[in-house]
Amino acid sequence: MIFAALFYAAFLILAGGLAYRISDYLRTPAPLKIPTTPAPTTGGGVVLRMTREVLLFESLFKGSLWTWGFAILFHGGLALVLMRHLRYFTQPVWSWVDLVQPFGIYAGFVMAIGLAGLWGRRFLVDRIRYISTPSDHLMLALLLMIAISGLSMKFLDHTDIVGVKAFFLGLEHFDPQPLPASPLLYLHLSLVASLMIIFPFSKLLHAPGVFFSPSRNQPDNPREHRHLSPWAAKLESES
Amino acid sequence: MATEITAPPYRVIPIIPAIKPGAMEGLKPFVANDKIQEALGFPGELVEDWKDRAIAKMGELLKKYRSLKVYLDACVHCGACSDKCHYFIGTQDPKNMPVARQDLMRSVYRRYFTLPGKLFPKLVGARELTKEVLDEWYSYYHQCSECRRCSVFCPYGIDTAEITMAAREILDSVGYGQKYSNEIIGKVNTIGNNLGLPGPALEDTLEGLEEDVKEDTGIDVRFPLDVKGAEVLLITPSADFFAEPHIDSLIGYAKVFHAAGISWTLSSMSSEAGNFGLFIGNYEQMRKIALRIRQAALELGVKRIVVGECGHAWRVAYSFWNTLTGIGDGAEDRFALQLQKQLDQRYRQPTHICELTWDLIEKQAIKLDPEANDNLVVTFHDSCNVARGSRMGEMAGGQFEIPRSIIRAAANHFVDMSDATTREKTFCCGGGGGLLTDDLMDLRVKGALPRMEALKEVADRDGVNFMATICAICKTQFSKVLPYYGFNMRMVGGVHQLVSNAIRLGDKE
Repeated sequence: MIFAALFYAAFLILAGGLAYRISDYLRTPAPLKIPTTPAPTTGGGVVLRMTREVLLFESLFKGSLWTWGFAILFHGGLALVLMRHLRYFTQPVWSWVDLVQPFGIYAGFVMAIGLAGLWGRRFLVDRIRYISTPSDHLMLALLLMIAISGLSMKFLDHTDIVGVKAFFLGLEHFDPQPLPASPLLYLHLSLVASLMIIFPFSKLLHAPGVFFSPSRNQPDNPREHRHLSPWAAKLESES
Repeated sequence: MATEITAPPYRVIPIIPAIKPGAMEGLKPFVANDKIQEALGFPGELVEDWKDRAIAKMGELLKKYRSLKVYLDACVHCGACSDKCHYFIGTQDPKNMPVARQDLMRSVYRRYFTLPGKLFPKLVGARELTKEVLDEWYSYYHQCSECRRCSVFCPYGIDTAEITMAAREILDSVGYGQKYSNEIIGKVNTIGNNLGLPGPALEDTLEGLEEDVKEDTGIDVRFPLDVKGAEVLLITPSADFFAEPHIDSLIGYAKVFHAAGISWTLSSMSSEAGNFGLFIGNYEQMRKIALRIRQAALELGVKRIVVGECGHAWRVAYSFWNTLTGIGDGAEDRFALQLQKQLDQRYRQPTHICELTWDLIEKQAIKLDPEANDNLVVTFHDSCNVARGSRMGEMAGGQFEIPRSIIRAAANHFVDMSDATTREKTFCCGGGGGLLTDDLMDLRVKGALPRMEALKEVADRDGVNFMATICAICKTQFSKVLPYYGFNMRMVGGVHQLVSNAIRLGDKE
């Protein structure tokens, strides 16, 4: 029952926090055209640029190959793992989620390797060591522990996954079911809930933030289209 | 100040330098006095309640600029930017890594504007805004040239220039402004240009130039001032009027207009393309300076506005003029509407001088004899604001191709520097963003290191003996720092200096 309450709370904080952040970003104007050029000159071009940025980490690729490699391993692994986990939340399980299952298992390892690489840089590269805060380390520790506890349940100490699924389907139908007793499972789920709670208050905001970055999401067309924010427009009427 | 300034040694293998904490600590350009500050409407000296006012200003900026808010939230400390800043490479001071420079403000943002920063400051690297922190801001936000190179490599496009501008805006608002930039803005507001060159002096200079060109070529090339009804208003950095090598490019523009038969004029009221309002991140000042140009265009009744060789001026003109003064479509105030009607909208408004010259070359309306520059092996330094904050022509990247095309038309020997240092990855000259002042000479010399290394490579390999550029700040900065690296100061010059040498005047048949 504690876990049911925890997950309801975590979900509310995650969804509410993100909705607040995103609406905050939306409400804040970008008064000047500041795309990092050369930039696409059309809206369609911007969609392509953002897609490359979000799926392929184009800028990071230019910036640091090591970081890019580990980041792709981690995020790609995480994406597959999340897709695999959809089977605990859907009944019947969507067919494409079935297809993902075998890949999702190995993606767990890939994700852990990516995280270890990213963490290693924080110790081994003097520049990255200099800029790392305790929370940077903790965040990586948290993600790595989630990955390891999850993998342990698959490969070391099996959990009653039918029971886990019943628990989450119960949450979805507001009919809480008991969670199977398993220390590893408790650990895994507590960590995941913590991550959900931390998300809207931390640097994990890079996920929604990237979509609102004016240097990436603006088309380069200032001579053709006038761009004026509401507060700047007020200056006009005053002069 | 008395310590001798020397250039850092070239890196034998261009590896990323190890960090040297504190290397540039305490570096502090001159602080603006009360007269300079008050002329811009800022407090004359550090106000007593600076802390509260700084936090309040930060809150205000967070509501006005999405860039600031998103950039302060989104950074994950991945370090992709950490080796990209020329000031870091030249000084090895870790606070000159873009991410660390941002963190100087991000730490304060977290403390006062985020929940974890209020609850667990140590954990997330949040800190109080103390006088030490404010001094650190003053020092390190004046070791950033707002060149945007870091933003190219950031996975979220975080642009340190936006953070630096916000920091300078906050510093100004509590009475802690920089002398160099703020004094210059004052001069534009009162006299009309950054150098404080009054109208009569400008007139004299231009007359002198007419005589020089006549002596040189035997042809009457005019340098018109305040001519009503001219086709083109040329807005150019005031350094073009008398600084070397800038003036040779001004002669180049005049020859292009002459050869193409385009009537043009300069304005004594608005004789400055530069807009230091950008450097201090102040929208109102930037707008005020831009409005002077609109006023000049209206008074002179011109059909086109053309901008001379100046990096940040072109960023402001291309990216912001339409927003600030409504010279394109969409503005509704009386003057903007009048200007829209008056300007010939078949041309790009504004037009870069390189766009104009390249159009004329393509249409064969002017002819160049590249043999005139056969004594030169030319390379091109992309200026940061043109490269990463603007465009030329119709295609993305035109800002790289058009100047190079002009150079190839004007000279037979052209070589590009290393790909890692040109186009969108170009390095700042080391003097941009309001740092082109003698009290920052040490920083300027060090910040030029990556460009000098790339230049050395082509000088040794290909015999490059001329570096063309299209920015007044780049020209001044390189003239000053080239000798520290063993180069001749005359190695730098404008693209239109090459055009000036090569253009065919008089015999247009």
